[in-house]
Amino acid sequence: MNNSVEVKKLSFNYGKVEILKNLDLDIKDGEFMVLLGPSGCGKTTLLNCIAGLLDLDDGQIIIEGDNVTWKEPKDRHIGMVFQSYALYPSMSVEKNLSFGLRMSNTPKNIISEKIDKASELLQIKELLHRKPSQLSGGQRQRVAIGRALVRDAKVFLFDEPLSNLDAKLRAELRYEIKKLHRDLGNTMIYVTHDQIEAMTLADRIAVMKNGLIQQLDSPKEIYNKPSNLFVADFIGSPSMNFFTGKFISSSNSFSLNNALINLNNYEFDNKPSDQNDIIFGIRPEDISVSDSQDGMEFKIELIEPMGADTLIWLSFENIPFSVRLEGSSEYKLGDVIIINFDIKRASIFDQKSELRL
Amino acid sequence: MFFKRNLGAKIALLPMIIISLTVFVGCIIYSFVYSLTNSKLIPVFNYVGFDQYERLFKTRKWDVAVENIFIYGIVFTIGCLVIGFLLAVLIDQKIRAESLFRTIFLYPYAMSFVVTGLVWKWVLNPTFGIEHSMHLWGFTWFELDWLVNRDLAIYAVCIAAVWQGAGFVMVLMLAGLRGIDEDIWKSLSIEGIPKWKSYIFVILPMIRPMVITSLVLIAAGVVKVYDLILALTSGGPGYSTTTPAMYVMENFFSRANLGQAFAASIIMFISVVCILAPWAYYEFYFRNREAKV
Amino acid sequence: MISNTIEARGPRPKHLSIGRIGMYCFIVMCALFFLMPLYVMLVTSFKDMDEIRSGNLLYIPKSLSFYAWPKAWGEACTGFVCEGLKPGLVNSLKITIPSVIVSVSLGAINGYALAFWRFKGAYFFFGLCLFGAFIPYQVMVYPLLKIESALGIYSSLPGIILVHTIFGMPILTLIFRNFYASLPIDLFKAARIDGGNFLKIFFYVIIPMSTPITIVAVILQVTGIWNDFLLGLIFAGRDNQPMTVQLNNIVQVDYGVAEYNVDMAATILTSMIPLAVYFVSGRWFVRGIAAGAIKG
Repeated sequence: MNNSVEVKKLSFNYGKVEILKNLDLDIKDGEFMVLLGPSGCGKTTLLNCIAGLLDLDDGQIIIEGDNVTWKEPKDRHIGMVFQSYALYPSMSVEKNLSFGLRMSNTPKNIISEKIDKASELLQIKELLHRKPSQLSGGQRQRVAIGRALVRDAKVFLFDEPLSNLDAKLRAELRYEIKKLHRDLGNTMIYVTHDQIEAMTLADRIAVMKNGLIQQLDSPKEIYNKPSNLFVADFIGSPSMNFFTGKFISSSNSFSLNNALINLNNYEFDNKPSDQNDIIFGIRPEDISVSDSQDGMEFKIELIEPMGADTLIWLSFENIPFSVRLEGSSEYKLGDVIIINFDIKRASIFDQKSELRL
Repeated sequence: MFFKRNLGAKIALLPMIIISLTVFVGCIIYSFVYSLTNSKLIPVFNYVGFDQYERLFKTRKWDVAVENIFIYGIVFTIGCLVIGFLLAVLIDQKIRAESLFRTIFLYPYAMSFVVTGLVWKWVLNPTFGIEHSMHLWGFTWFELDWLVNRDLAIYAVCIAAVWQGAGFVMVLMLAGLRGIDEDIWKSLSIEGIPKWKSYIFVILPMIRPMVITSLVLIAAGVVKVYDLILALTSGGPGYSTTTPAMYVMENFFSRANLGQAFAASIIMFISVVCILAPWAYYEFYFRNREAKV
Repeated sequence: MISNTIEARGPRPKHLSIGRIGMYCFIVMCALFFLMPLYVMLVTSFKDMDEIRSGNLLYIPKSLSFYAWPKAWGEACTGFVCEGLKPGLVNSLKITIPSVIVSVSLGAINGYALAFWRFKGAYFFFGLCLFGAFIPYQVMVYPLLKIESALGIYSSLPGIILVHTIFGMPILTLIFRNFYASLPIDLFKAARIDGGNFLKIFFYVIIPMSTPITIVAVILQVTGIWNDFLLGLIFAGRDNQPMTVQLNNIVQVDYGVAEYNVDMAATILTSMIPLAVYFVSGRWFVRGIAAGAIKG
């Protein structure tokens, strides 16, 4: 498969602050790539650099085999959808859709043909003569997507397109975007800080922090095998439980004060040496309540029912951690339960480098 | 958001750049250079060092002008801020006929300084004005002879100026007050803090940016005061209400003493810079800090 | 349970508190103070000189006298010419209309360029331009007069229009820049991707959104330029003296008997246009400022 977008050794500075540092990223043809990270991680900057809306300080950007590093945004075969919709308030929906084509002096019959096609696909035909202010949030975002469609963009760029919508609408449009990608097969680059969006939409996710890509992998891989502490902590809701302790090589176990957790079932990539400081991480759903008597005893300190699941809070050597149980479980505050850790699915990090071991 | 390939913007900003350099910077340099000469009717470059400045500081009339601008600056600034804020607070009380009151307080701002000066000259006229009315009503002890009183005439100027400018400050402050989050008011009322205390200790600090903007706009107006005094007192009685601006204009256009006028104008300029520097530093410093975040 | 107080229920009983009455009294007094000069102007202009001399300034005229108005409009003397304010009105219009159009357009395009198309050094010049707002006119009038003489436009209509454009530029650039900076930047990005260039984006996307700020700018400039005295006096030339200058000349005559009713009529005539602008559009002015035209 060919690369649709290649970012090579990209650097971008704002004043003296380095926003992006020597960043490389290849996006395959037809791939849905999500750039995920907390605010200020450089994901939107990267997207703006790809779009040509920011001038980079060093590096290259190649779209569809074309070196567009110094090209105008309009010559980059891209369409872009913004968080604030960015519809021109003074123009009708139709004029909004056709603005780009009119700017490039496209013949009228071709414009109306393209608008027909796009509005059909997005089911906004009956809205064509309205002004953006007369549309609902969801409709506006459809029009914004339509603008990218009309341009025959090879690559779609999405800049947190769903952040301004309420939860229900967000789920609806997420589904629509995924369907659109399935039907059109275009390359899509999607910036978000919402991990659910990232997990549901992406072929691959690039998790970013401080201008660097922390991990670039499929959603499954990122969730199950986070490559460092940051990714492990950022992905997953409720988030992963962490315990800091030492590695005991004689018993191949994790020790926290007097408690020991046997790590025989864990597949180390790099085995730490004796007495190394390590962080033991485990997701709430990888802890189970055991019926038998072998395992550790805990008292329930807090219960958070979430409908489908129930989260219960316990503490291990004074460090609170959560366990995800079925919504139907009927524990009460103060109950004592016995739990097991699924060590196979745990993640272990070096405390100093914060990398996965 | 910036683009390096933007010829259009550079061309568009060319007039601004040229004007900034030739008029704003160029004129200051020109005035300064010729303030070092003894030019009379036409500017000639006959270098005399800082003689003009020395003469300026020895001139009694200039002393009076400086004293007047200080009095005017302080009274006018404080008057506008206090009255403007007070009016804004009153208007903010969900009163009836709000827009009527707002219009009444703002309309003087639409008047020319010349008009303001002439109207107040008439109202304060010692023979036919308010004083006369009061006497007709039997308050024979009432005196309002400010316009003919050397010590008080400058305060008459201040009243007229505050009357004209307070409404504008009110609009600015009101914009600030309306920008206050409704939740702040809710929490203040739940905590049972009296309204006047809320305004002074909570709201006023919150609209500080608006207060500073008002202050800067007022201060910029202070040094420019010329037409108002010309219309109201013509600088009199005697030269008791003369200001630096009048002193400069007189030397430029009626006394043909260019060197002296340039020197006085440069001193005016330096005073403005001294007043603005702390504000500019503050703005610049904080803008920079914001940019880094 | 027995209780002799009424249990609180339903809507709270209405009463006007003392504080609120006091507040209304105070605000009405303030309003009267602000209105007094306008009232005095009006009543004085309809009195005859006898009544002015003997009567009370604050009373309404005993008999309406229309002597002052036509005189102020067409006959009052400024120096040796006795044409009243009429020529001044025409001159003021000739100065104000083009000056407002030129200066507001320049301010809008400056603000647009600064808000969206920053280039290195642009903000340095913007700072310089803002600084210009605070330079006393007295520092600039004479050198500017020299520049205009050199350009051959001193004492002419183009000369005074240029001066108003120059002195209006800092504040107009500032308010337009602030307004444009508050628009969503995404709109501009979208227009860039759609292929708009500097001028196309300005005309098709930005101008249609500029109505509120343009109203503020036009009000500021119409009243500012109409009310200007100093610049008109120096730069407009003898044939183009604006209304304010002629008003001052009429009122400040050194000879003859002062006709206060004519003076007041002339004063009202001079303020007519800016007052009309405020009464008609003051609401938008206030709204525009609230919308962030002038930021803290």
